Amino acid sequence: MTNTNSPALDISGLIKDVGPLAALDGRMKRIVSNISLQARFGAVTALLGANGAGKTTTIECAQGLQTRTGGTISLLGHDPAYGDAALRARVGVMLQDGGLPPAARPVALLRHVAGLYENPLDVDTLVERLGIGEFSDTTIRRLSGGQKQRVALAASILGNPEVLFLDEPSAGLDPQSRLMVFELIRELRDAGKAIILTTHLLDDAQRLADYVYIVDKGETVAQGTVQQLLSRSTTAMKQRELTFESSPGLDLAGLDRPGLDCTETRPGHYRLRGTLEAGDLERLGAWCARLGLMPTALHLASQSLEDVFLAVSQGGAATAEAGHAPSDISAKTAEGIS
Amino acid sequence: MSTLFDTASVGRPASLVRRILQQGKYEAATMLRNGEQLVLMVVMPLLGLIALVATPLLDGIGPSRVAVATPGILALCALSTGFTGQGIATGFDRRYGVLRFLSTTPLGKGGLIAGKVIAVLVALSLQVVLISAVAAFMGWRPPLAGVLLGIPLLVLGAGTFTALGLLIAGTVRPEATLAITNLGWILFAAVGGIVMPAGKFSSVLGDFVQWLPSGALGNLMRAALIDSSLDVWGLVILLAWALVATVAALKWFKWN
Repeated sequence: MTNTNSPALDISGLIKDVGPLAALDGRMKRIVSNISLQARFGAVTALLGANGAGKTTTIECAQGLQTRTGGTISLLGHDPAYGDAALRARVGVMLQDGGLPPAARPVALLRHVAGLYENPLDVDTLVERLGIGEFSDTTIRRLSGGQKQRVALAASILGNPEVLFLDEPSAGLDPQSRLMVFELIRELRDAGKAIILTTHLLDDAQRLADYVYIVDKGETVAQGTVQQLLSRSTTAMKQRELTFESSPGLDLAGLDRPGLDCTETRPGHYRLRGTLEAGDLERLGAWCARLGLMPTALHLASQSLEDVFLAVSQGGAATAEAGHAPSDISAKTAEGIS
Repeated sequence: MSTLFDTASVGRPASLVRRILQQGKYEAATMLRNGEQLVLMVVMPLLGLIALVATPLLDGIGPSRVAVATPGILALCALSTGFTGQGIATGFDRRYGVLRFLSTTPLGKGGLIAGKVIAVLVALSLQVVLISAVAAFMGWRPPLAGVLLGIPLLVLGAGTFTALGLLIAGTVRPEATLAITNLGWILFAAVGGIVMPAGKFSSVLGDFVQWLPSGALGNLMRAALIDSSLDVWGLVILLAWALVATVAALKWFKWN
């Protein structure tokens, strides 16, 4: 395998302009203004960002599918803009929309793609491994989203690539497919592959990625291991949420305090939000004891990449700085991440 | 645990020739399995041939009805397969990202196009064999020199129509490609001088359609297979169309 000390993919100061035809207003539009990232062998590198942040454009420039306007890209030591068949054979690509012909049948298609390589992985083994056999005679257009994704993943790794690009790999996956796909991605990583995935799902990044780049409006705005990102501390991230359920219409007096907001979000559902401290749990316990009630459900949300994401992406930054009411954060969440 | 990848050797491309043949075989099989395409590629030309031989439409132009009808029907096959067939298939492949996916494999963009050319030639060969056999059964006896001249002309025609089909498929939505290439097929076939010399009905129409790729190919095929002669002016027009369509397709074809 290639020298594992140098990165498999090295993108520096990437710029991509589109238009004038592609942009709606007929002018050139800069959709990627400054993205830099490195992906190493034996690691999963995630590009995390909202839809339209420039993730797909970035990896399509790295795949040689789009030509960049500026910056440098080194993929396995080569410029992908001038990639030849030998380079393409070392790089696997799973596109966001799959890129599979709807009229084809999965196994026949995989055999065809395998034929483009000198010594591909065994199609039957891969078919069995990803559970494709159970729908091998169904045309692609009749497959579920998860089944299609499994076929697309199989097609992308048939050549046993050193670098694997996965654009939104868990889009439309049912739980069973998700498990299979995630397991295979970890196995590929353990086999020393450099895996670059884009996702707008924070959960994916948290579960799969060794290193995360957060992309917002065409720029990398934060990077680090999941742990490093989680340990970043900002006002927005200290906001935590404790929810519980009990009978409706309870008197919440004695629960709230300055910096901790307490509301009944809908009948019987209560939420404490703010900079939660150990003393707050004690007061909640005392409050329950006083009313003589036992909550039917109690949940303390763990801190997640979502908080980091909101803090560093521009929508979240505005919320954190202006100190808007907490409900604004969920509004931003819905808008920016869903 | 990771036996699947550890023991395998790292990705290397198959040889260029094998990649292109692999793709050509796959594309040809896909074309021939598609029912609608078969209707367009086989049933319509066959019906056209039978209709032209059974009716007096072409009387007075050449030695026999079948001698005049068959060259045009062969030209129609090139139109069906290259223009309408490849146009529609490529338009939808583009919509579904198939072109982009395959261009990231060792096949690449060049291999994709080479595969399409092979698929068109394979399909066209089958059409020619079938149509010629049926025509021969109806008494078609073309001169050998004309056949030798006709084959490269038909290939040139197929190349021209494929470039036009890809130009449309690569620039507009697949639904529009479907409409344009089907409508184009009907217009070229009915009044484009491909199966019927347009001059027979109106000299104004005949003057116009000789400038179309359909009229040029129709005239070329009839001159070759009836008189064993080369219609030089028709060849110039067809070559010009081939050049313009290819350059335009290279320039404007969008892969996504």
